[in-house]
Amino acid sequence: MAAKTFPIEAGHILMFARSVGDDNRVYSDADYAKTTEAGGVIAPPTFVQSSAQFDPDYFLRPKVGQPWFGSGKNPTGIVRAPGGGGGGGGGGGLHAEQHYEYHLPLLAGDVLTATTFPGKTWEKEGKRSGKLVFSESVTEYRNQKGELVVTARGVGVRTERPVEQPAKKEEA
Amino acid sequence: MALSASKLKVGDVHSARLVEDLKRTQIVQYAGASGDYNPLHTDEIFTTQVAGYPSVFAHGMLTMGMTGKMLTDYVGDARLTKYGVRFTSQVWPGDTLDATATVKAINNGLAEFDVSTKNQDGVEVLSGYAEARIDA
Repeated sequence: MAAKTFPIEAGHILMFARSVGDDNRVYSDADYAKTTEAGGVIAPPTFVQSSAQFDPDYFLRPKVGQPWFGSGKNPTGIVRAPGGGGGGGGGGGLHAEQHYEYHLPLLAGDVLTATTFPGKTWEKEGKRSGKLVFSESVTEYRNQKGELVVTARGVGVRTERPVEQPAKKEEA
Repeated sequence: MALSASKLKVGDVHSARLVEDLKRTQIVQYAGASGDYNPLHTDEIFTTQVAGYPSVFAHGMLTMGMTGKMLTDYVGDARLTKYGVRFTSQVWPGDTLDATATVKAINNGLAEFDVSTKNQDGVEVLSGYAEARIDA
């Protein structure tokens, strides 16, 4: 994630919690949330993933005036679909792992600053999708006081070809 | 709401159904909220005709988010200190997912859990761990 500034907004938390099927009122009801240990509306554990919304260059969001690889008139808007961290065409990228460390509660009203460091890259031969190339990145999210709130480590994998389906039990 | 060490023991299992018959609309909701608009998750035409998958499939992070609800319902709000997963199989529209947290260790006010989410065929789609602060 290359979002520099990530405002933690109550409405965004509400939408995000709904999307993961979480009706806990600590994510949606400020009066109720004040009575909880959290002391206010907090963000669900995986919420920082949505910092993508605040990354102006995030490649998995259509942008004004630029080609988009999803379907419209044709099955894809560009000849060769981009790959990378989140995915793409053919044997593109998939999300392999995600890890979080929570240092402080993440409260509505906080403003986070994200700093991303590249991690390791490694390869493996997969049974269902050919050669797998894994790459890791670590993002530190600090609040408006400069305190470390969340550390996120993501691992993406690029596959040689789409993951075969019948043998669902093996690793991608 | 939080767990207490005096009532918790290694091997305790908490489980919850995350979703029954996952709808494409929920995947669209997650795309909109998270900002990950990868067509693999919402665009059936692209995904089947260009990417070569049998249908759109859920974001791994949607499964991690739903599994996170199981955890926070169990350990309490703002109690998690660690949560990490591997996405071991794809999740498809129509899937029904059940998740479990198993107590692995308890020490110094922290509990560690093994976390697993499986689909209706018993295939593990997410495998991971969590750690949470607990009361005495």
